Amino acid sequence: MAYAPLPIAPRRFGETMRTDAWWIQPAVIFLLFSAFIVYSTWAALQGNHYTYGPYLSPFYSPELFGDSPHAWFGAKPGWWPSWLLFSPAILILWAPGGFRFTCYYYRGAYYKSFWADPPNCAVGEPRSSYLGERYFPLIFQNIHRFFLYLALVFLVFLAHDVWQALWFTDAAGHRSFGIGVGTLVLAANTTLLGGYTLGCHSLRHMVGGILDRIAERPVRRAMYDCSSCLNRNHMQWARLSLVMVMFADLYIRLCSMGIWTDWRLL
Amino acid sequence: MSTATFRIWRGERGDGRFEDYPTTVSEGMVVLDAVHQIQSDQANDLACRWNCKAGKCGSCSAEINGKPRLMCMTRLNELDLERPVTIEPMRAFPHVRDLVTDVSWNFRVKQKIQKFTPTAPHAADGTWRMQQRDIDRVQEFRKCIECFLCQDVCHVLRDHQLHDEFVGPRFLVHIAALEMHPLDTADRTAELREAHGVGYCNITKCCTTVCPESIAITDNAIIPLKERVVDRYYDPLKALVRLVRGGTKGESRAT
Ligand code: SF4
Ligand code: SF4
Ligand code: FES
Ligand code: FES
Repeated sequence: MAYAPLPIAPRRFGETMRTDAWWIQPAVIFLLFSAFIVYSTWAALQGNHYTYGPYLSPFYSPELFGDSPHAWFGAKPGWWPSWLLFSPAILILWAPGGFRFTCYYYRGAYYKSFWADPPNCAVGEPRSSYLGERYFPLIFQNIHRFFLYLALVFLVFLAHDVWQALWFTDAAGHRSFGIGVGTLVLAANTTLLGGYTLGCHSLRHMVGGILDRIAERPVRRAMYDCSSCLNRNHMQWARLSLVMVMFADLYIRLCSMGIWTDWRLL
Repeated sequence: MSTATFRIWRGERGDGRFEDYPTTVSEGMVVLDAVHQIQSDQANDLACRWNCKAGKCGSCSAEINGKPRLMCMTRLNELDLERPVTIEPMRAFPHVRDLVTDVSWNFRVKQKIQKFTPTAPHAADGTWRMQQRDIDRVQEFRKCIECFLCQDVCHVLRDHQLHDEFVGPRFLVHIAALEMHPLDTADRTAELREAHGVGYCNITKCCTTVCPESIAITDNAIIPLKERVVDRYYDPLKALVRLVRGGTKGESRAT
């Protein structure tokens, strides 16, 4: 059959026949992610006000070296070069950062919002060349599952931080059980991070997705069903946990600075 | 009864222009009804493809107000009729005439995909046994009506025109239906990475957004396939396990 060898010419950057405000969604995501990058970098470099009472900011957990009682191996190590800025957060933050950066949800979202590839569905793109995740450099996104292993370990540390946040020391040095607003903030943060991490596509694949026959494997099936259930809303878990982890740091920071008061509920 | 204007792409083989057709519309109409009305009253030579008018044949794909959709499943009350409603042919395929494109590239792609290769029959009478639970996953993919709207919206095909290197979301769904089938024994992982180009997908999910069958294309088909490719090619730990255990087949293959 006779036909033109080419489709109608591709659209130019931003050109579309869509009549809705297609740019709002990528713009909002751009602002949210940018706010997170700016805030987390700033907070991580502060190196102070990251604990308050029994609370430890999730940006600083686990605290390997540092001045707070939460530190595992004591104060800043002597071998740390004096010219290099030290903060307990920069020792560990690359792991959760890498996890989010290589997450399938975030990838899709920032390719759209930050790289306009595409700016939104059926909207023209700025560049005609395209490598996708097929070649260097983005082929490295395939490293995601290794960040997942680290994220699972971090989840244990964060759960431990919530436990710690249940034990308050009074002026006389007595430790007693209690719940403050900060405890709830840390618990909510860990829950959201749990929902995000356990619904990870790589985890879903590993626990059961890889099997074509799962009906007769009850344990794998249960794990796959749980992970799939969380995975259905992976985007929401990703966004909510992002906002919450920022808020948890901010909460502890402002309490520590004396600007906010941490109410004891119990 | 009120009047709405439909701004329809008219032309042949890539060349064309929009033409406005005002027509009366009534409650319950879909875009395809309006196109048929225009065809019979005002433009007898207007070319459009359709068949079932029930969202099941996948023939009437077009771009309505810039969004890839089935004309027969787009009700007029979902659209702003104060403004002209634009109707264009799909942009990812060669244009034939008016709203018709040549989608035969898709059929050629399908021929390149390894066919279903079942394991030996489980019973002496030549039949197989499957658990419903195991077949549920691929049943989602078999809902596909081959409307090719996902192919049309996918920027790898639409904007970058990598038709020779990337099979597109529809065929990744097809491959997923075969690869994840509890009876299938073929191994398509190497082709997925090379000839089928799964790595070109940057998981921006436009295909999922437009699928009229609500198939979770990205989450349930493409990403799990990408993970199978990672298992084989980008996971040194798995490579080590394979080396120790021997063989290259994943644990997913049917027996
Ligand atoms: S998610 Fe992948 S296959 Fe689907 S439209 Fe986007 S790039 Fe194309
Ligand atoms: S996957 Fe959905 S959008 Fe793509 S061809 Fe099939 S039914 Fe159409
Ligand atoms: S895919 Fe999002 S965390 Fe793994
Ligand atoms: S005419 Fe069959 S899907 Fe629209």
